[in-house]
Amino acid sequence: MTLPTLEVVDLKTHFFTREGVVKAVDGVSFQVGAGEVLGLVGESGSGKSITGFSILGLVDQPGRIVGGEILFQGRDLVPLPERERRKLRGSKIAMIFQDPMMTLNPVLRIDTQMTEAVMAHRDVSKARALEIARAALVKVGIPAPDERLASYPHQFSGGMRQRVAIAIAFLNEPALIIADEPTTALDVTIQGQILHEAQTLCRETGTAMIWITHDLAVVAGLADHLCVMYAGRIVEQGPIDAVLDRPAHPYTLGLIGSVPGRNRRGRRLFQIPGMTPSLLNLAPGCAFRNRCPRADAACLEEPPVTAFSHGRRLRCVHPHDAPLEEVLP
Amino acid sequence: MTALPQASEAAHTPAARRPILEAAGVSKRFVKRLDLAGKLAQRLGSAIREETVHAVDGVNLTVGAGEVVGLVGESGCGKSTFGRMVAGILPPTEGTLAFDGKPVWRDGRVGAKETALAIQMIFQDPFASLDPRMRVEQIIGEAPRVHGMVARGDVAGYVAETMLRVGLDPDFRRRYPHQFSGGQRQRIGIARALAVKPRFLVCDEAIAALDVSIQAQVINLFMDLRQDLDLTYLFISHDLSVVEHIADRVVIMYLGRVVEIAATEAIFEAPNHPYTQALLSEVPRIDLRKRRYHPVKGEIPSPLDPPPGCHFHPRCPHATERCRRERPALREIAPGRWSACHLND
Repeated sequence: MTLPTLEVVDLKTHFFTREGVVKAVDGVSFQVGAGEVLGLVGESGSGKSITGFSILGLVDQPGRIVGGEILFQGRDLVPLPERERRKLRGSKIAMIFQDPMMTLNPVLRIDTQMTEAVMAHRDVSKARALEIARAALVKVGIPAPDERLASYPHQFSGGMRQRVAIAIAFLNEPALIIADEPTTALDVTIQGQILHEAQTLCRETGTAMIWITHDLAVVAGLADHLCVMYAGRIVEQGPIDAVLDRPAHPYTLGLIGSVPGRNRRGRRLFQIPGMTPSLLNLAPGCAFRNRCPRADAACLEEPPVTAFSHGRRLRCVHPHDAPLEEVLP
Repeated sequence: MTALPQASEAAHTPAARRPILEAAGVSKRFVKRLDLAGKLAQRLGSAIREETVHAVDGVNLTVGAGEVVGLVGESGCGKSTFGRMVAGILPPTEGTLAFDGKPVWRDGRVGAKETALAIQMIFQDPFASLDPRMRVEQIIGEAPRVHGMVARGDVAGYVAETMLRVGLDPDFRRRYPHQFSGGQRQRIGIARALAVKPRFLVCDEAIAALDVSIQAQVINLFMDLRQDLDLTYLFISHDLSVVEHIADRVVIMYLGRVVEIAATEAIFEAPNHPYTQALLSEVPRIDLRKRRYHPVKGEIPSPLDPPPGCHFHPRCPHATERCRRERPALREIAPGRWSACHLND
């Protein structure tokens, strides 16, 4: 078996605040291979973005990775000094943010920003760097790339900016791209275009991709594997069809039931009662038990990660094991 | 500007429902006036001109009593501007809006108080739409008290009743908005609107800012309220799956104009306008796996300088010479089914 591009083992990223410890990421394990897309789904505060930041080594004070391994092409990134990590960021591992203006500098022309990114990691001439930049813009479907290279970010529309951000992410042919809600702020037709570009690029270049989102419908069309996060933990993970068609964890089932538009027009949506708990000083045991219809005394203990049918891994002692239609009320 | 399509005699609504809201030829233009420097430059022969945004361009729409109409479009299509004109927040530049036969606007001012109170709006951002320095009981209780709908002594009880209706614990009435989660705040916003006993709610992206599981709770609340209080909704959203779930009829807008109106089942089954078709094919769906995206080309043009003829023609795969010249009128192509496309001729 070939080595996965990225293997995260029991990652723990905690924030040490004045009020107490926030276990934003608490024992997360997954892997993603070359050319694969992994969907990381969760609601606000589930720790999905912090997982992405941890892989890139972008967790700020008072947060810290307190345990686990991040094996990138077999090498553990956690103990690496910042200098080494910096070499990887933007070359081997790239990130696409929700707001492209987090990637783009508003006062520099696109060509300056793109050639800088190339030359920081590769020993090439300015002219060659410009060629690479131009080719990257063409690849993400930007018309008139020469004109666009000489423009400033404010001259672009939101969708165009996100394309430029994606072009920059792909500049140095990374092995792994972490995309954090890259289409959330975009219109439907523009979202379709961006999903199309990302999908094509991953297939062509063999780049592994982690797609972080709150929108199950977006990853459904894109991902090979799915991880569902809740309160800092992955509660269910596995092949996309298994997780979406036979959700085993009550939270996954609730999430899928909450999404409107599965030929259930006008009927009441399945709703998860209550809201996500505060991660500050979270009580031990299953974090979902207060909202879960199946919870009992067994849930007061931390549910272990267990292997489950259809190649899944699960953190639940009362899983469902049936197709979606049979269990959804 | 091309001539407005004929104001279409209330016919967008199924005959069974009594029309409650009627919009005829409603337009809104925003003009950016020149400042002194600009005017000087213009005098000296510069090409600077006043810029006009045609946010809403001749919209005819009838909403029947008790109906839920979904208004869908991408950013800049004018759906929120239209909603604000309906809700009495923004005066239209042209055209008339009538609620129950009475004008919503009179000479650029809001019409009768009863009409203004009967139409309430729910906003997108529950963090920005509540006054952070008011307690929940003030937020909900102020309007009914000021308008004399409840006596001063009965306000507390009335607030508690309204909070219960939207699923909030009345014990929280002394709290401030920041002490609530996003979903609860949206419920406060809904309670505030309901407090003046409206008959028509304009929901402008009312669930877009909420988490998935909270969205479901609020959608269910909207559906319950519709039944219990006999409400009519104009449900503005960019999210087609939400609209498909909740709406009876769907109105699709593109760059200030209505391009298609149809019953929800009909539009999702067989969209007529090429823009609707493109929009529907782009909607991510949970049951479509590993799909190949075939996106529409191009971007939404600037409303400052919309293309002539049909606004969609630069992105339309079927565009002809006629589409570049002539604005297509919104015509009835089947009973209750309206589309603005030359291809139907």
